[in-house]
Amino acid sequence: MRIQYVLQEIGHGLRRNLTMVIAVIVSTAVALTMLGAGLLMLEQTKAMQGYWYGKVEVAVYMCNTNDVGHATNCTSVITAAESAAIYTKLHGTPYVENIIPESQAQAYQHYEQAYGSTALGQTATEQDMEQNFRVKLSDPSKFQVVQDSVGNMVGVASVVDEQQLLQPLFTFIHIAEYSAAGVAAVMLVLAFLLIFNTVRLSAFSRRRETGIMRLVGASNFYIQMPFLLEGAVAGLLGGALASGVLIAIKAFFIDGIVAPHLSSIQFIGWRPFVFIVPLLLVVGIMMSVAASVFTLRKYLRV
Amino acid sequence: MISFENVSKTYPGQERPALRNMSLEIERGEFVFVIGSSGSGKSTFMRLILREERPTTGRVIVAGKDLSRLSNWKLPQHRRLIGTVFQDFRLLPNKTVFQNVAFALEVIGKPKSHLVKVVPEVIDLVGLGGKEDRLPNELSGGEQQRVAVARAFVNRPMVLIADEPTGNLDPETSVGIMKLLDRINRTGTTVVMVTHDQAIVNQMRKRVLELDQGALVRDQARGVYGYVR
Ligand SMILES: Nc1ncnc2c1ncn2[C@@H]1O[C@H](COP(=O)(O)OP(=O)(O)OP(=O)(O)O)[C@@H](O)[C@H]1O
Ligand SMILES: [Mg+2]
Repeated sequence: MRIQYVLQEIGHGLRRNLTMVIAVIVSTAVALTMLGAGLLMLEQTKAMQGYWYGKVEVAVYMCNTNDVGHATNCTSVITAAESAAIYTKLHGTPYVENIIPESQAQAYQHYEQAYGSTALGQTATEQDMEQNFRVKLSDPSKFQVVQDSVGNMVGVASVVDEQQLLQPLFTFIHIAEYSAAGVAAVMLVLAFLLIFNTVRLSAFSRRRETGIMRLVGASNFYIQMPFLLEGAVAGLLGGALASGVLIAIKAFFIDGIVAPHLSSIQFIGWRPFVFIVPLLLVVGIMMSVAASVFTLRKYLRV
Repeated sequence: MISFENVSKTYPGQERPALRNMSLEIERGEFVFVIGSSGSGKSTFMRLILREERPTTGRVIVAGKDLSRLSNWKLPQHRRLIGTVFQDFRLLPNKTVFQNVAFALEVIGKPKSHLVKVVPEVIDLVGLGGKEDRLPNELSGGEQQRVAVARAFVNRPMVLIADEPTGNLDPETSVGIMKLLDRINRTGTTVVMVTHDQAIVNQMRKRVLELDQGALVRDQARGVYGYVR
């Protein structure tokens, strides 16, 4: 394979159909941006779920120094006897399947995992944490039963339905995820059609060359190579553009504008990009090469 | 070298076969004319040799290989055995004479050192020495056809097939091309040539295959065009 010939052919091919190639790159980029955005939103929900999400439904928080005088049932910091009584009461409550005690130290550790990088996470201390029981229910909808059972006991600062807290936000993110996936699917189809058309035009405008190549016995690989590489380059550029857009959104929109105003939410870091960027590049290349192969099978017959 | 065994070809959607039950043998080094009226199946015959088409029934064997059993990925190898020349030259308009000829070697992966040696030789052989850097539109029709012959021959194929190579040329220029093909034939290359040119056939006195509505109606050694049965 003569590299120079191949590079020259790619250059010619891309320039010949410049407008079509731009259309391919843009639609590929939009498709991949949506795909990447969907994946990032998935990461975002994970980042917000914290340690206990999905493992338990209800948290029974017990009084710490901050609560004394503020919460109705907190006359003093929780004592061992009070917490034992709460535990026993929980144990006898219907639907309670499992009770996991969490100390202030553990609570602090999990809190820092979830919010460490936010303004809240940086000011919190272990003393701000509440000793608590994490309660798993056999029927997740029976929060009220636990609330009624232990909500008024001495030493209980609050009973919180953890699920309920994040649910509306997650529902919103999931809708956004599905919308992104939908747009990605439509754009993928569009990109595929555009590549199909571009390669077809390209094959048509080069039919003289390819006809002679076939006659003198050039291999199929050699004949198709320039077209495939043309597609691969366009796909790669689309993937790079999509990555650039996502990185810009993260850097300027999330970190620059949204995060400073929403100090209680842990936003995704840069780590997901380590796999999402290569993924977008690879998907971009594979998609356009697949579309090219499909087209060439039809329009560049042996 | 080339043998047809009861070959029939009916194109999809056609009722009348383009070739019917054709059997013949062409030996290595032969020069063969294929004649017949328009639509009699001459180009179809050539396309079967190239395996651009497959026979509907029967077998085509070239250089010992049954073409209907040839897999697609071996097809390029088969085509390298055959040089092809057409009525319309089929040169690349934006490439020079040298580049047009070299193209045939480049695309089958021959190294540059090989090209710079053999391409000028072949250009000399076809009588275009000194015109290597001309573009096709700076050449006469006869000269363009010489470039096409050079391109077909540069890889030293075993067979050269020419479908009406003089169809677009005046009689004098045609004679030049004929002499060239004759010279190539003398190097041991089998030449199969489709033509409507009576004068050429009568003058050359080579083997003549005549087709009529897809049937081989005459196979005559040292034949002439206007033979009456
Ligand atoms: N691709 C095709 N599809 C359908 N029919 C075809 C095809 N190619 C040729 N034919 C038909 O097959 C018959 C033989 O055609 P062919 O091209 O072999 O004739 P020919 O002898 O080369 O004619 P000419 O002297 O005009 O070039 C004709 O009737 C033609 O219409
Ligand atoms: Mg013909």
